[in-house]
Amino acid sequence: MANFDQELDASGLNCPLPILRAKKTLNGMESGQILRIVATDPGSVKDFEAFAKQTGNELMESGEEDGKYTFLLKKK
Amino acid sequence: MSDEKKLAIIATKGSLDWAYPPFILASTAAALGYQTQIFFTFYGLELLKKDLNLQVTSLGNPAMPMPMPVPVIIQTIPGMQAMMTSMMKKKMKSKGVASIEELRELSIEAEVKMVACQMTVDLFEFDTKDFIDGIEYGGAATFFEFAGESDVCLYV
Repeated sequence: MANFDQELDASGLNCPLPILRAKKTLNGMESGQILRIVATDPGSVKDFEAFAKQTGNELMESGEEDGKYTFLLKKK
Repeated sequence: MSDEKKLAIIATKGSLDWAYPPFILASTAAALGYQTQIFFTFYGLELLKKDLNLQVTSLGNPAMPMPMPVPVIIQTIPGMQAMMTSMMKKKMKSKGVASIEELRELSIEAEVKMVACQMTVDLFEFDTKDFIDGIEYGGAATFFEFAGESDVCLYV
């Protein structure tokens, strides 16, 4: 997995909290920086795709390991 | 930014379950960059109280999932509504579903504009001191000023 600048653990949180927390964390980051998110909500897979598409933040990676979903978002 | 998308919501219900759609959609839309406004009218005004005391009931709501079948006559017994509300809150917490307080706070942080229906405030003789700070009071014309320009408009 690529390097990242900040990490957000959204494990155990349900819709829409992973997205809201991610947005809040991105607000405090610089353009081009990378946020790694860990979530357990299966709905977050589609939601982070949709979030990236609508906000212009790039979803660099989306994967699953040990029942957890991980995402790499590059801030616009 | 005038090219921002706009979401207008009318919140008309004041029960715990129906408090979710307006705040989930408003906070998420704000996170996606929508300029968002919620107009609270009639029972929806409950959602603007500083001290939220939202309840859920299975009465008249046959689709509400129950751990076991409970005859309607039993559901009317005093204390049943409080018990169902506390069971629902416990379930939501265990599933990582945000509380209404949290979603409302996140909506406010994301600059979702909240407008309380002045007519309802007068009708039910609400004390505006009981409502959270930072809201506006207005009528149907106030709602249309924003809703008329909106890309998405929802009635909940």
